[in-house]
Amino acid sequence: MKDFKLDVSRRTLLAGAAAGAATLAMPGVLRAQDRSIKVGVYGGYFKDSFDKHIFPEFTKATGIAVESIAEPTGEAWLVQLEQAARAGAAPADLSMMSQVAMLKGQSTDLWAPLDLARIKNAGDILPQFINKYPDGRVAGVGAVAWYITLVTNTDTYPEAPTSWEALWDPANEGKLGLLALVSNSFLLEVTATTFFGGTGILDTEEGILKVMDKLAEVKPNVQLWYRDEAQFEQALKSGEIPMGQYYHDVTGLAAADGFPVRSTFPKEGGISDSGCWALSRASTKTDEAHVFIDYMSQPAIQSLMSRKVGTAPTLKRSVLDLTDDEFASVSSDIAPIIPRYDLYTSRADWLNQKWTELIVQ
Amino acid sequence: MRRTPPEKPADYLPIAFPAAMLGLFFVVPFAIMVAISFFERVQGGFYQPAFTLANYGRFLSAFFGEILVFSLFLAALVSAVCLVLGVPFTYLLTKLSRRVQVAWLIGLLGVLSLSEVIIGFAWSTLLSRTAGISNLFVALGLMQQPRAWTPGFAAVMTGLVYQAFPYTVLVLYPAFSRLDPSLGEAARTLGASPLRAFLTVIVPALRKTLIATFIIVFIFALGAYLLPQILGRPQHWTLSVLVTDQAIYQSNMPFAAAMAVFLVIASLVLVLLANMINRREPAS
Repeated sequence: MKDFKLDVSRRTLLAGAAAGAATLAMPGVLRAQDRSIKVGVYGGYFKDSFDKHIFPEFTKATGIAVESIAEPTGEAWLVQLEQAARAGAAPADLSMMSQVAMLKGQSTDLWAPLDLARIKNAGDILPQFINKYPDGRVAGVGAVAWYITLVTNTDTYPEAPTSWEALWDPANEGKLGLLALVSNSFLLEVTATTFFGGTGILDTEEGILKVMDKLAEVKPNVQLWYRDEAQFEQALKSGEIPMGQYYHDVTGLAAADGFPVRSTFPKEGGISDSGCWALSRASTKTDEAHVFIDYMSQPAIQSLMSRKVGTAPTLKRSVLDLTDDEFASVSSDIAPIIPRYDLYTSRADWLNQKWTELIVQ
Repeated sequence: MRRTPPEKPADYLPIAFPAAMLGLFFVVPFAIMVAISFFERVQGGFYQPAFTLANYGRFLSAFFGEILVFSLFLAALVSAVCLVLGVPFTYLLTKLSRRVQVAWLIGLLGVLSLSEVIIGFAWSTLLSRTAGISNLFVALGLMQQPRAWTPGFAAVMTGLVYQAFPYTVLVLYPAFSRLDPSLGEAARTLGASPLRAFLTVIVPALRKTLIATFIIVFIFALGAYLLPQILGRPQHWTLSVLVTDQAIYQSNMPFAAAMAVFLVIASLVLVLLANMINRREPAS
């Protein structure tokens, strides 16, 4: 009973709670001369690395204090931002948002338009990392790019797998951990690229169903369909679930800490995804936000993030001072699998329904 | 405690505060949820005010029907297991000395201070192949090699029963400790064995408490959404898990609200049913 009530009231009371938080955050309450900004980044290793290596440098350079907020992955944070914005509050001014979340936020004008003229290196940002509204306003500016790759426990698998086909190998029964949601696992794209010659087959519903049938064959191999990253990360490190899909950057950080894990770019390519800095329309920190994005888009800072956080840069390679080895450790020459972001807005509910039926039954 | 019925408006004052709290923090949010369940979903976006039955329509399918039935079955099984374990436990507990009773109750209250997340992760470690208790059995020579007992149905049940057991005992405890000991003694004097006296005299005397406990644990288990995710496979996900999916990950509040309303109605019907059964046969 307790649990159920909590669930109901937490969702509906969210707006109220956020409004309360906004009142507390009024400039008059804080010391007026201090400039600050609240920045949402994914919790865990990611946020820890930003807190340790990136944000203090920013504060030193600009005098703007950063309050970092651990945001959940998936679209959970998007829902919280949207609910709060409806109540006129912003739990974070800027947030790092994935592409699916950017598109969904666009549909309600959640993102305040950004001015590229105020970002010195805007011209060096690769065009696919500038997220625009259909009318051309800029909704988000590329923060970092990342890859979801095939990860293995090195104790269980002395040899690294070479292809996504390993997920279908009957020898791996009960050994896989895969992301549980259609819109963040991108397994449809993986299946289409591995077995159907590319993601073009996902243009039609018949094509998608065919791909799902193929994907259903991995089910006996899957020990864990995870929503919570910590759950899989722990199991991968211990060897409990020795193979699966996971983030290249975080796996690299864990390997650097001495855990027996490795991330492999399969020959079909890693899944490429990226995060944008996006400003909530309820935020009053437009100036600070532009200063922040400007700072983060400098070649030196992008290189620093690649070295310290393990993310791939969003700027042109030519302006960066990364060595070939450093670049290779955060990216790959193999052409990536680019997610079909369009599907997750145009067919969102149909896909979600079919996907849930696929993995539950 | 006053026994006369309230006469003046002022007599209602003591309950005004709890009533206001209940209204503000339960009735209002619940009404908002019911309202949202009729709102229109904007695919790829959020929702907008409207009146549509589409959210309920989507729920009425064999797929969600099966999940609802599984959720009710799981909750009922958890309640039953909790009662089967909790009734003898509480009965024996009340036979112990005061100090031992207090120690046990404090221990059980301690479990309540653990969050669902901690319980889930603790059990998933305990039942894991690499670090779990099966390694202990291997060391003792009881098993050939360590095995993973999670995720699975047994793991979900273990987690839920572990979490609900303290509630079971805490609800049963007052009734058992107030129970007139002469009831059992009379049965024993008339020649019943201790087990028979317990089953035929003690348990029927506390029937109402048992039903109330069953309902409380049932509704508690019905709302669990973390443990089935952490300890179960997708086929063990309850309706609450799917409600969470829709609300948190799909930003489909109207559909999530409609499913939640269904869950509330299903549990209300069961509670009413249990009450009716209870009333038809007068308690001893």
